[in-house]
Amino acid sequence: MSTQAASRPRSPSTGASRGVHGVSDNQVLLAPAERAIQMIGGDLTEKALRRHLEGLPGVDAVGLEARAASLATRSIKTTSKQWALDAIIRMIDLTTLEGADTPGKVESLCAKALTPDPADLTTPRVAAVCVYGDMVPHAVEALGEDSGINVAAVATAFPSGRSSRTIKLADTRDAVAAGASEIDMVIDRGAFLAGHYGLVFDEIVAVKEACMRPDGSYAHLKVILETGELNTYDNVRRASWLAILAGADFIKTSTGKVSPAATLPVTLLMLQVVRDWHTLTGERIGVKPAGGIRASKDAIRYLVTVAETVGEEWLQPDLFRFGASSLLNDVLMQRQKMNTGRYSGPDYVTVD
Amino acid sequence: MTHLAVPKTYKLYIGGKFPRSESGRVYEVTTAKGEFLANAAKASRKDARDAVSAARAAVSGWSGATGYNRGQVLYRVAELLEGRRAQFVDELTKVDGLTAAAADKQVDAAIDAWVWYAGWADKYAQVAGNGNPVAGPFFNISVPEPTGVVAVVAPKEQGLFGLVSVIAPVLVSGNTVVVVASETSPLSAISLSEVLATSDVPGGVVNVLTGSAAELAPWLADHSDVNAVDLSGAGDLDWSDLQVKAAQTLKRVREPETGEVERSVERVTFFTETKTVWHTKALI
Repeated sequence: MSTQAASRPRSPSTGASRGVHGVSDNQVLLAPAERAIQMIGGDLTEKALRRHLEGLPGVDAVGLEARAASLATRSIKTTSKQWALDAIIRMIDLTTLEGADTPGKVESLCAKALTPDPADLTTPRVAAVCVYGDMVPHAVEALGEDSGINVAAVATAFPSGRSSRTIKLADTRDAVAAGASEIDMVIDRGAFLAGHYGLVFDEIVAVKEACMRPDGSYAHLKVILETGELNTYDNVRRASWLAILAGADFIKTSTGKVSPAATLPVTLLMLQVVRDWHTLTGERIGVKPAGGIRASKDAIRYLVTVAETVGEEWLQPDLFRFGASSLLNDVLMQRQKMNTGRYSGPDYVTVD
Repeated sequence: MTHLAVPKTYKLYIGGKFPRSESGRVYEVTTAKGEFLANAAKASRKDARDAVSAARAAVSGWSGATGYNRGQVLYRVAELLEGRRAQFVDELTKVDGLTAAAADKQVDAAIDAWVWYAGWADKYAQVAGNGNPVAGPFFNISVPEPTGVVAVVAPKEQGLFGLVSVIAPVLVSGNTVVVVASETSPLSAISLSEVLATSDVPGGVVNVLTGSAAELAPWLADHSDVNAVDLSGAGDLDWSDLQVKAAQTLKRVREPETGEVERSVERVTFFTETKTVWHTKALI
């Protein structure tokens, strides 16, 4: 790995002499994240991190896309499909992230999370509802205790991530204090693309700290890479690796506000990183594709990809999630079709 | 140079596009004498489902257009039908074994029916709607509105005229259509969809499935997202069973016709729902 890194040409912006924090740069020590120290070594500097990330092997884009396409052709038969539909519902983060979100809208979303299909009470509940930080109290109240549904909050100046570190951390602390048990943070894509990996790294470590509750436990941290803005598969692999090193519990593809959002090849790539990490350390990291997954058929393709890449063990809400809003209705319609034998329509599911 | 004959592969018409059947199946269309003429797509239940989704997506645009606008769009279809007259005549003589004169007559009848229905688009509401007398200081007005997605089983006979007679009246009020074309005489339906594709009718407003009506009709009658079924051409099927299926999701059902389908405004108003509004009379 290190020889590869040494021979790789560097663009000026990632050049060794440019200071990131003002002074002589490459020797700048990064926040001592446990995973990074174990993986890279005790002397955790910007330079060491860059050498590590740029030393990752490049992604075979054609091979990756062909693999994703071949996984998408798998035919899923009735009983497996029945299982898959319920599994998908259990893994959904039911999401509303609009400027026009009101307490009422969040409450109706929570009602849907609790009872996805009022006509069929055997329908499982979703994994979590995902809302903006200021809506967390409403969601917590609407879900009540013992619902088994988590409240996830997007934080750190979602979706752009363009604000100061202070504000991002305050954003996170507020959401955790209000009762969010999962935090979906965005990385600073600008800094990442400019080659300032250390900045991105330190920020994730700081947000992870901000996820700590007064009793010392941590809210789950999902790190949104916004792969639609990272331009290359190589960058996606580096960003995934970086997020995991900095302490992410989950890596998430997108905010849903940028097109393209989640795609099968990108998710496959992130799953490969997670698999490699598991092989190296035995630790299990979750993956969450978000945005643009609207049909059950697409969601089932993701399940196939997960099972074939990291194993069926990952097909559970602690390790795989869908960030979606309209997907749930489509899954419910498919479920109704399987139970009644007739095709269902949008009149038979609740409109959010 | 010798000319190589290019036999045509007939496909479905769903959402403004011409896909093959999802199942990959085709069936042979033969001439009246039983000679091979062409392969047509044999639609499956999934094609029917896709057609219904496309039709549903097209409802808001088509029903939201003004009656006057729909009338113009439909009239233009008649213009294009006229331009393709020779093709329709040719297909009818081959598939149905008609004489050129009889085929010509059928194309005339089809175009006439289309124009006749197009004219009703901005007029049927005046006939079917009403201002109701009520005991109170209110205007009380009833207006017909399109019911939504209508699944149609086209008559088996008269490939072109039969088809036009069942789909044109449904379109007039702003419904969208999924039509199962005559199994034995599907070429006119496919050529009509080529006409529609090049006209101003938005994609998804008319969706044409070719194949077995016996196979497709139960799925359409059962489908929760279909608002009405027109069984005009389903006389040979077990249509009481289709009625039972349709009743489970409260669809309007038009029973099979015997003999030639007559043009009538009743066919237009059958696929509408009546909306009644109360409005206070002003004090001045």
